[in-house]
Amino acid sequence: MQATETILYNRAGQRVVSPDYLLFEAPRTKHFMTGSEAVKEAVKRASVDASVSYPITPQSEAAHLIGELWVEGYVGVYFRGESEFGVMSEIAGCAMAGARTITTTSGPGTLRAMENFPMWAGTRIPVQLVLMARGVNSPLSIQPDNLEVGFLLDTGCMIWYAETAQDLFDMILAGFVVAEQPDVHVPVITVVDGFFVSHTREAIMLPPDDIALPPYNPYRAPMPVIDAEVPPGRFLRDPFVMKSNYISYATHASWQWEVRAAIERSRPYAKHYLRGLIEHFGDPEAELVFVACGTASAQAKEAVRLLEDEGIPARVVKLKTIRPFPIEELRQAVKGAKYIFVPEFNVVGWLEREVRRYLYGHSNAEIIGAPRVAGGMTMPAEVIVKEVLKLTGKEVKHVI
Amino acid sequence: MSYKIYDINEDLKEFMPKEIIDLEERATWGNPKRGVMDLPYTKELIEEHSLCAGCPESMALRYILASLPNPEDTIIVNSTGCTSLVFPHIALHTVHSLFGNQNAVASGIKRVLEWRFPDKVKDVVVLAGDGATVDIGLDCTLQSFFRQEKITTICFDNEVYANTGGQESGLTVKGHVFKMAPKGKQWDKVPFWQIAIDSGCHYVARLTVSSPKKVEQVIKKAIYVAREVGPTYVHLYTPCILEIGLNSDDGLDEMRARDKERFSFFEYMTPQAEEVINRVKEEGLL
Repeated sequence: MQATETILYNRAGQRVVSPDYLLFEAPRTKHFMTGSEAVKEAVKRASVDASVSYPITPQSEAAHLIGELWVEGYVGVYFRGESEFGVMSEIAGCAMAGARTITTTSGPGTLRAMENFPMWAGTRIPVQLVLMARGVNSPLSIQPDNLEVGFLLDTGCMIWYAETAQDLFDMILAGFVVAEQPDVHVPVITVVDGFFVSHTREAIMLPPDDIALPPYNPYRAPMPVIDAEVPPGRFLRDPFVMKSNYISYATHASWQWEVRAAIERSRPYAKHYLRGLIEHFGDPEAELVFVACGTASAQAKEAVRLLEDEGIPARVVKLKTIRPFPIEELRQAVKGAKYIFVPEFNVVGWLEREVRRYLYGHSNAEIIGAPRVAGGMTMPAEVIVKEVLKLTGKEVKHVI
Repeated sequence: MSYKIYDINEDLKEFMPKEIIDLEERATWGNPKRGVMDLPYTKELIEEHSLCAGCPESMALRYILASLPNPEDTIIVNSTGCTSLVFPHIALHTVHSLFGNQNAVASGIKRVLEWRFPDKVKDVVVLAGDGATVDIGLDCTLQSFFRQEKITTICFDNEVYANTGGQESGLTVKGHVFKMAPKGKQWDKVPFWQIAIDSGCHYVARLTVSSPKKVEQVIKKAIYVAREVGPTYVHLYTPCILEIGLNSDDGLDEMRARDKERFSFFEYMTPQAEEVINRVKEEGLL
């Protein structure tokens, strides 16, 4: 039989290719750009239907670059909302009506919008939020700090953490693919550290821009899309709010539990499209391990190089996903570890808490929540090395 | 698509409850001339209401649902409050999202539907109480007017937070004693119909629901204008008989009394809206 090939195009006229082709096989060329520009390049190749924006430093640039894509015809619906609370609700409306939807925010904007995130998850819409982490008030800060991520951990959204602009580009594309799986279908928050990634330029490998992800098919969704093209969901015929009885409590509880179960079901997809939920760097035998995400893992990698000079073997376990948390991967990765450092860009150490929680009873290593910087401080590799040397009692050579 | 989505698979029909079969066979679909006069003879799109006996809001909901010109392609967006107890009983696509974000959600839905289905009419109608529309949701309500979203916003004004047990709202009349206003409300009722005009609504009406025919006319005008021109706003007085100490058969009298004073019929339309209304009248749809 003669093989025939149907070539599909999306609304923007880009050739539709499989997620695997776009992410892993398409030829890539080298570009030099900021994290915000990487967001634009990802959205351009993601067959995005709708985006609603609201300005806040440092994400504004990414949000208005998506506006440019709307003018160029790559995004179907785009406008500026009234506040992050309004925007996240507008985004929800867009997604309920069957659109592949993306927006961005930072710090105080995240908190302003907070009530929406569990609603997104409970509504089972696969929207994507690119979160460019920044400090939260008070006192006023516009500087990099990822405290806000700690607040988002239990909203029922998937949370992925990108280290570089390259990570962010690939994660945005993979994010739609994983979030839209019918057996997942929950929101995904792709986090990146504001300024460090959003505003700095780095080399990034991009596939051509005349190919794109397959468009979102809302009729594969586990919940009826609100477009009057399918029968309405009558699942609220006896809504939970109206009855104070055990069945209503159980229904509400199982609904919320199912959202968490959906995040669990995202693991195999995320593993495939992110090429693993964690990444290893450094001497695989080293007893000194840094567990980190985002910019902290980038700095930890630098620290590993410095420690090598000191004659101390070390390694980094970078977490790409926080929800789902790579529990088994982390437990395997820290086998043989004696010291686990968790460097973080916030004052509370939410990642240290997570690491302790999941390693409890599974590792004899000493877990040290350090170094910790916040409010816009950078985390020079030397600061990380200093923490380590403090512990080992070794004399500090080229570290200030 | 069409009301065909309400057709039941023949093989499964014998297992379906009567009210679902009635929806297919006896409800008024595909007829823009449908109205409140059909109420006694056809299957209503609201199955039953779960509000208090004699609640005027339940009357309003029945009249509105009987008046929608395009129910098969109408999305209802609601908010938290007494109204949220009724939406599960409505046969159409309904959304309950959060308290106060109804006009933001409706904006997103309307814009995407307009983009996904450029050749079809999809009406988006917001139904919410006075607390949702004017207090907690004021920002989202007004901003949707400013942005000229093509949605119809209907406010059920009972002048109180009824579902939470009778607290003062921005639409409570000055001096009225409610919970959280133990000395009586200290400031005037917000004239939201006027604010809606100043904020860019193309059709605004204020009325009680004492006259079903009048409600039908207003709802149809508001929806036709929203479809073509921009935001429209309908302010309905639906008193909470429970919180103002009336019996279940007093609602109609209460509304009739207010018809003569602070809820006397008021209507505003822009020239573009008037054009649409006149045309629809000529087509025999009003």
